[in-house]
Amino acid sequence: MPDATGLELLAGELRDADGEAVLDTVHAHGKGQIVVAPSKIVWVLEQLKAKGFRSLMSVHGVDYYPEEPRLGVHYELLDMRAVDRVTVKLRVPSDAPTVPSVTPHWPTANHQEREVYDMFGVIFEDHPDLRRILMPEDYEGFPQRRDFPVGGEPVLFTADEAEGTDYTIGVDADPNAGVE
Amino acid sequence: MATTNEYRQMEESITMDARLERIESPDGGEHELLTVNMGPHHPATHGVLRLLVTLQGEVVIDLKPIIGYVHTGIEKTAEQKSYWKAIPVVERMDYLAYFFNAYAYCGSVESLLDLEVPKRAQYLRVIHMELNRIMSHLVWLGTSALDLGAMSMFWYCFRERERILDLFEQSTGQRMHTRYFQVGGVIEDIPLGYEEKLREFIAIMPTRVGQYRDMLYKNEIALQRLKGICVLSEEELLALGVTGPLLRAAGNPWDLRKADPYCSYDDFEFKIPVGTEGDNWDRMAVRMAEMEQSVRIIEQALDGLPEGPHITEDRKIALPPRHELGTSMEALIHHFKLVTEGFRVPPGEHYFPVESPRGELGCFVRADGSSKPARVHMRDPSFVNLQATAPMTRGSYIADLIATLAMLDPVLGGIDR
Repeated sequence: MPDATGLELLAGELRDADGEAVLDTVHAHGKGQIVVAPSKIVWVLEQLKAKGFRSLMSVHGVDYYPEEPRLGVHYELLDMRAVDRVTVKLRVPSDAPTVPSVTPHWPTANHQEREVYDMFGVIFEDHPDLRRILMPEDYEGFPQRRDFPVGGEPVLFTADEAEGTDYTIGVDADPNAGVE
Repeated sequence: MATTNEYRQMEESITMDARLERIESPDGGEHELLTVNMGPHHPATHGVLRLLVTLQGEVVIDLKPIIGYVHTGIEKTAEQKSYWKAIPVVERMDYLAYFFNAYAYCGSVESLLDLEVPKRAQYLRVIHMELNRIMSHLVWLGTSALDLGAMSMFWYCFRERERILDLFEQSTGQRMHTRYFQVGGVIEDIPLGYEEKLREFIAIMPTRVGQYRDMLYKNEIALQRLKGICVLSEEELLALGVTGPLLRAAGNPWDLRKADPYCSYDDFEFKIPVGTEGDNWDRMAVRMAEMEQSVRIIEQALDGLPEGPHITEDRKIALPPRHELGTSMEALIHHFKLVTEGFRVPPGEHYFPVESPRGELGCFVRADGSSKPARVHMRDPSFVNLQATAPMTRGSYIADLIATLAMLDPVLGGIDR
């Protein structure tokens, strides 16, 4: 794990090469995180690759609701030779959630970016095959967002329908339904 | 933002019907491309995995995995539960590596809490994780051999697996999804008689691995089906993010237990088996040898099992022991707080990787200061490794595709989560 100084050196090198790329650095629990501008992500990851972080282990999405910019994408980089890890983070607003795709440079990101798109609605530009991966293709909404309701899918039983009882309680039902 | 119709169009752009496409062949004759749908209900796909395979005769030209059939929204569910109540749901992701799922999650939360785990708890965790690794490899070996047509291997492997599950039942109360690991340690110390039974098991296991080798290593069919089949180079595997036995079979000795020891793994002496060719045979041989190494680790952990508490003494995190509740008001308050609200975790984000039987299993937890995690994400090795199926099998026979899929060892519960 890079220590706090190592992380600053790494971020400093990136800042020297491009003044707008690095927004912030965080060092917590023995791990370093670099916050970058979304448009620079491909460049930053290429720079870090040249510095030895040759493996992209994970890409995950985060929803910072109700903060804005709301959606986050994290990239976990690993240097197998030096046994070093660094996290690169970015944040995009929910009304324009576009991030350049790193899949052309890191084939491993293919499925993982699709998952972030599927769950959070982050659109990865230039992704070769950006479709839903875990949810059905015709699914609407992005289920991992914090404001997506839990239990929003009614279980339909024909018996309930025949009896005329409301079987969509909890979805958009009248809160007084069923109360005499 | 893409609409439903666009999804539909994208989905329909993949031809689902058997597709005939005439292509020229070097010998002057005509060949046809055929798209076949394998799965989701196919015994050889090891779960509900669907493969869209484009074939030229018997040769695989291209392959597309389609997943999501057992997506159960575990990550979403975990966000609705307090930290310690999320452990049982997180455990159910990769159903053959439940101790690893629980450990990755607990480890991540412990890092966020800056919590020290007692040494005895770490050793008990190692014992259970390594037993779990053997168990997972046994299921893989049995079912993979079944895919190759060897029925008997399955029974032998499941015989030993049953012993491991009995051990789990004895120490944790459950055979699968044990909820044994807690934030801060393990829920209970091992019971009387457990050590004896475990020693019996580790005494016979190496000979049993030898028996599996006897059955497979000189078997003409196994040799022909696995030797030199579906090789993928180390560089390609690294680019695809493949870890675990698949990467080690290609000669890269990357193992987090050794490279970046967690949970006292640096106390134990063990070797990392690596392959030389990176073919299906090496993938099998590496896992076989890993089982023996796991036995070595368990033996050392059992010999060196330190005395002390099995869970952290921090009453704000772990439940107080039952006997304290009757005598101590403070314990009662802690118990009440933990059971009703759960403990709070200071805001932060942490990614905690461990070496699962299939590769790097990482758990990302984001804490927002409340008693529920704001985000739980599992970097499941099967999910990432699955991307290597197409590059591995392009240009090989469809029968080799089945063998390669078996050697890939995907667990769909972990892929779909």
